[in-house]
Amino acid sequence: MEKGLSGLRGRDFELSDAFYFSKKGLEAIVEDEVTQRFSSEELVSWNLLTRTNMNFQYISLRLTAVWVLGVLVRYCVLLPLRVTLAFIGISLLVIGTTLVGQLPDSSLKNWLSELVHLTCCRICVRALSGTIHYHNKQYRPQKGGICVANHTSPIDVLILTTDGCYAMVGQVHGGLMGIIQRAMVKACPHVWFERSEMKDRHLVTKRLKEHIADKKKLPILIFPEGTCINNTSVMMFKKGSFEIGGTIHPVAIKYNPQFGDAFWNSSKYNMVSYLLRMMTSWAIVCDVWYMPPMTREEGEDAVRFANRVKSAIAVQGGLTELPWDGGLKRAKVKDTFKEEQQKNYSKMLVGNGSL
Amino acid sequence: MGSRGSHAARIPDGDSIRRETGFSQASLLRLYHRFRALDRNEKGYLSRVDLQQIGALAVNPLGERIIDSFFPDGNLRVDFPGFVRVLAHFRPVDDDDSGMRDPKQPEPLNSRMNKLRFVFQLYDLDRDGKISRHEMLQVLRLMVGVQVTEEQLESITDRTVQEADEDGDGAVSFLEFTKSLEKMDIEQKMSIRILK
Repeated sequence: MEKGLSGLRGRDFELSDAFYFSKKGLEAIVEDEVTQRFSSEELVSWNLLTRTNMNFQYISLRLTAVWVLGVLVRYCVLLPLRVTLAFIGISLLVIGTTLVGQLPDSSLKNWLSELVHLTCCRICVRALSGTIHYHNKQYRPQKGGICVANHTSPIDVLILTTDGCYAMVGQVHGGLMGIIQRAMVKACPHVWFERSEMKDRHLVTKRLKEHIADKKKLPILIFPEGTCINNTSVMMFKKGSFEIGGTIHPVAIKYNPQFGDAFWNSSKYNMVSYLLRMMTSWAIVCDVWYMPPMTREEGEDAVRFANRVKSAIAVQGGLTELPWDGGLKRAKVKDTFKEEQQKNYSKMLVGNGSL
Repeated sequence: MGSRGSHAARIPDGDSIRRETGFSQASLLRLYHRFRALDRNEKGYLSRVDLQQIGALAVNPLGERIIDSFFPDGNLRVDFPGFVRVLAHFRPVDDDDSGMRDPKQPEPLNSRMNKLRFVFQLYDLDRDGKISRHEMLQVLRLMVGVQVTEEQLESITDRTVQEADEDGDGAVSFLEFTKSLEKMDIEQKMSIRILK
C-alpha cells in the first residue's frame, strides 16, 4: 500500500489518495484471486469433454466426429459399467458393515471392518475409473492421529479410504448418505454430529479429543478448509482442527484435470448430477502425497500452526496458497479485514498517533 | 470460467458496447465472463450483494462507494452494458486517442476528465457538483476507520479543503478538484493494464 501511495511515512492526506483505493477496488472487480477458485479450472488443451469447452469453438469435422465417438463411449459403454459397479460397491458396504456390526467388539471385528471398508472403497473407486498414485506411503496416518487434507470434492474421502481406514467427521445427512453413515458407524467408530451439535464448537472439540485419546481408534479425517475448492489453490485452514492436539498427518491431493474435472461446485450441481458427471468423465486420475507428521510447537498458536500445515500441503501438491477463507463462497468477508486496511492507511497519515 | 461455451457473437449489443467503451474484443469477452461469474444466480444482472461478495472489494475502505458508482440514481441492478461503462473509466489511455479524435464524438470514457470525474463522484455523495467539508470528512472517515480521532480528521479536512478551494466557498468544485491534481499522472494511476 505504501508504494501505491507514493509512500513516505507521516505524509499528509491528499485528494488523490482515493485513487489508490478506487483502482484497487476496480481491479478486484475485474479479477480477484478468490472467486475464480470456486469454479472449475480452465484447461490448456481440450480433453474432448464439452463441460470443459470454454475457449474452444468448432474447429473441424474430424474433431467433432472424434468428440461424438467419445460421447458414445462415455455414455453408452463406461457409464452403465460404472453405475453397476457403484451399486455393487455401496450395497456391499452397507450389508458388510451391518453384518460386522453385529459382532461383539474384538480385534476380529476391527480386522473385518477394515476389510469390508477397503474392499468396498476399492470397488467404488473403480466405479469412477479412479487411478490413484500414492507417494510416501511410509507416512501414512497412524492410529490416534488426525489426518488433514485439501478439499476438492466428496470423492477425496473415497480416495483416501482406499489406502487406509479413517474415522470420519461430519454431519449426519439424510437419504442415501445417511444410510451409509449409519451403517459405517456400526462397524467402527466414526464421529457423526447432528446439525445442531455442529454449531457448538466446544462439544465438537471435546468429542474429537476423546476420540484421539483412545490410541486404538482410527485416525480422524478432517478437511480444514471447510468447503470444496477447485484444486488450484489451498485456502485458509480453520483453526478448530488444530486446537485438538495430537499429531497432524498432512496429505496433499492433486487431481489431473485432463481426464475429468473433479471439483464439486455445490451451488451449481447437486450430489446426484455431480456423481453422474464424474461417471461420464474419462477417468479420475490423482496423486496423493503423504507427508511427515507435524505437531504444534511450543508457543505456536493454532492459527500459526494451521498456516504452517497449509503451506506444507500447498508446496507438496503444487497448489497456490491463499489466505482467504473458503467460506467466502457463501458469506461476506469479515469486517476485521477491512479494519486492517484502514489501520495501515491511518498509520501512514498520522504516523502512529502523533499528528 | 465455468464450462460454458464462449462466442463473441453471444454478447448482447456487443458492437455498440465496444464502440462506446473502446474495449478490444478480447477484453470485452473477458469482462463478459467475469460478469457472468459474478452473477451467481444467473439473473442476467448484478445486484449490490454480488459485488459485495468479492473479498478484496469488501475489505477496501472505499468499497461501498465504489459499489455505489455502479448503481447511479438509486438503481438496484446493473446490466452488462452498465457494468462495462463503469470499468471503461479505467481503460488505459491509447496513444492515438488524444490526437485524432473527432471533436463531434463524445469524450471517451477513459479520458483524463472522465477518470477525474469518477473519483470526484466517490467524494461527492449528493451529486451537487461540489465536495463539501462534510462529504470530505465522510470519505476520510471511511478510509481511516476508527483509528484517527475526530479532531485530527477535522484538521486534515480543513487543510485539504483550504488548499484546493480557490473561490472561497468552503467546498471543492470539480474544476478546483481537477486544478489541484493538474500535475498528477492520472492516466497511470487510474488505469488497469489488463483492460486494454
